[in-house]
Amino acid sequence: MKAFLRGYLRSPPAMIGLLLLLAVVAMAISADWLFPRDPLALAGRPLQWPAGHPRFPLGTDNSGRDIAAQIFHGARISLLIGVVATAIAILVGIVVGALAGYHGGWVDDVLMRLTEAFQTLPNFLLLLVLVAVFGSDLTTVTIAIGAVSWPAPARLTRAEFLTLRNREFVQACRTLGMGDARIIFREILPNALPPIIVYASVVMAVAILLESALAFLRLSDPNVASWGNLIGLGRDVLRVQWYVSAIPGLAILLTVLAVSLVGQGLNDALNPRLRRR
Amino acid sequence: MSAVLAIQGLTVALPQGADRPHALDQVSLDLNAGEILCVVGESGSGKSMTAGAVMRLLPPGVAITGGAVIFEGQDLATADEATMRRLRGARIAMVFQEPMTALNPLRSIGDQIGEMFRIHTDLLKAEIEARVLSLLAEVHIPDPRQAARAYPHELSGGQRQRAMIAMALALDPKVLIADEPTTALDVTTQAQILHLIKDLQRRKGTAVLFITHDFGVVAEIADRVAVMQHGLVVEEGPASQVLNAPRHAYTQSLIAAVPPLTARAPRAISAEPILVMQDVRKTYRTGGFLGRGGRVTHAVRGVTLMLPKGATLGIVGESGSGKSTLARCLVRLVPPDGGSVALDGLDLASLTRRQMRREAHRIQMVFQDPYGSLNPRRRAGELVAQGPMIHGTPRVEAMRRAKALFELVGLDPASTERFPHEFSGGQRQRIGLARALALEPEVLVADEPVSALDVSVQAQVLRLLAELRERLGLSLVFITHDLRVAAQVCDLVAVMKDGEVVEHGPIARVFEAPEHPYTQALLASVPGRDFARKN
Repeated sequence: MKAFLRGYLRSPPAMIGLLLLLAVVAMAISADWLFPRDPLALAGRPLQWPAGHPRFPLGTDNSGRDIAAQIFHGARISLLIGVVATAIAILVGIVVGALAGYHGGWVDDVLMRLTEAFQTLPNFLLLLVLVAVFGSDLTTVTIAIGAVSWPAPARLTRAEFLTLRNREFVQACRTLGMGDARIIFREILPNALPPIIVYASVVMAVAILLESALAFLRLSDPNVASWGNLIGLGRDVLRVQWYVSAIPGLAILLTVLAVSLVGQGLNDALNPRLRRR
Repeated sequence: MSAVLAIQGLTVALPQGADRPHALDQVSLDLNAGEILCVVGESGSGKSMTAGAVMRLLPPGVAITGGAVIFEGQDLATADEATMRRLRGARIAMVFQEPMTALNPLRSIGDQIGEMFRIHTDLLKAEIEARVLSLLAEVHIPDPRQAARAYPHELSGGQRQRAMIAMALALDPKVLIADEPTTALDVTTQAQILHLIKDLQRRKGTAVLFITHDFGVVAEIADRVAVMQHGLVVEEGPASQVLNAPRHAYTQSLIAAVPPLTARAPRAISAEPILVMQDVRKTYRTGGFLGRGGRVTHAVRGVTLMLPKGATLGIVGESGSGKSTLARCLVRLVPPDGGSVALDGLDLASLTRRQMRREAHRIQMVFQDPYGSLNPRRRAGELVAQGPMIHGTPRVEAMRRAKALFELVGLDPASTERFPHEFSGGQRQRIGLARALALEPEVLVADEPVSALDVSVQAQVLRLLAELRERLGLSLVFITHDLRVAAQVCDLVAVMKDGEVVEHGPIARVFEAPEHPYTQALLASVPGRDFARKN
């Protein structure tokens, strides 16, 4: 654990990523305190440029709402969707992958064909279908994003289990008379976890992007202040008041970058041998 | 005699944080023309580093910091990379331990041997082809023409190693460095390869630097011997002198640890059986669609054996003989296809998985790989306590027993809080043994329990096993490919070949007067058997 921390803290990109991510978290936490009003309420004259008015440091959008307030409150939505959707995807992925990899045979066949069925559909199209069918409130969108993101973690978990299940320590557990569930989740899973944790950062970055892409098409929940919604709104005035889309775009870029850098840092710290190349 | 290759005061530094500052410390060795110099030592002694330093193929972070390697008037320790490239393969060739990983799996054998000529000479294509075929004939590969067209996976391990030797000798090098070339091979194949190396060396006058951990191999092949320990050459001299009258204490202890091939005096064995195998069968089917076109491997075909109470039954054989599959059938890691395994009258083969889990504590297994057989994320004490806890012992009680077991297998009871990677290979094997004993089994199945260990550690573990057997009244099934180890611990022995037991009986009878031709061949192939018998 100590070596892991030292390895992580020593890498500058990983630290930059961590600081950026903490900044986004700080924005989300301080949103209610810095911008106590409803971020979707009218605040002033529409389409004021950033730094033009002391009350609106980031300007206002085409409905006259405060962009800074939307950015701070939007950080909550992006993080919420990122974390919850990732948790769903990883959890489903681990269970499916672990069962397929450990048992093999027909269990593996059935689960992997199902995974492939999900993978052959472009996940954004699948997401559009799910949102079109089940509506576009925040809960549905989050679950839908989780539901289209699990196949890759499942395949990764399965690959790890395939190599681990024949290791002698697993056989030793079986000769002791240990049950399958306990072997899968208590013995093999902790050994399979590092690459899955690293992959979770990729899933999280993609989840945030998926939500903003949905919002850009105005298919996300319109009743919450999300970065994607703001980009979608700014689309109408993109040629002149480009800042309406550019500011939330930058926020998404930095958040996704932060998550990716943290993921890369975790990877290097968890697999120290790979880094020394 | 003049030295072809002179290693003078060679020092190789390890990266910071390694267990010692130097991989090699002032190593001086002379390799003379037409002789085989064996460099022998345990793992971590620096013997492979010596070979790497001569070829200047050291792992990253490891560098030569002093001394010289004089070859044909040139110092290889300071030569530039272009010079080294010209020398490698052409003047100094190397044979590695594992021919499967040393060969490119996507190119044919002939193509890879021919590459030696394409890189270092400007021979024509037809000439190269002729040379490759004559080389393959020289290393006694059956049907050289077909072997040249074959890909590495299509040849057996022994044939691959022959191809590697052919490749190494292609350009008539002055020096051949062989790094444990027979360690990955079966004993009968090993005998053939050793014979081949010796024969080629005689005919071509090549100087051979032969690296090995096995004193049997040394006795078989060496003209001179250098013994290494912790990066130092502790003793050097003619083979007969080092083997029969070692001067250095370390050499003496190493040679004393080599088990002799003669069976110990027979013990009284009870007539009452504890484990009876009746016609045990296991067949593997791979590939094929709806059962057609698949490959069928009869791993175990109808084995019938009996283990008397308190006795040790050795099962010996080469790789692919089915001995490991049989061991796994006994503990039901692999469900047998047919036959019965009766433990004190209870047929384990007919139990359901759930019933077997309940009976698991009566028959336990010790595994081969001391690194792979312990979950790296669990503490050593927990690993030992796990078994009793599954079968209902409360945690506190199980941990207390684990501490007692640590003491029993000769480990510090305070070390139960440590993780497996903090132990050495021999200590880990003791943890594995403690884990199996924690359930107080009636029968212990040991699958190559000492094969991955250095010879001195091997001797300690074997002694511990014999001691525990006496104290706890254990009955043992001992799987091994090493006939010397079998001679040390077994009362009875069964020789397996292609899934069948070809001969079985009391070990003294089988080893002294083998009846089956395969047993005879196996015993005749043990390297340095005369040396081992004397010992």
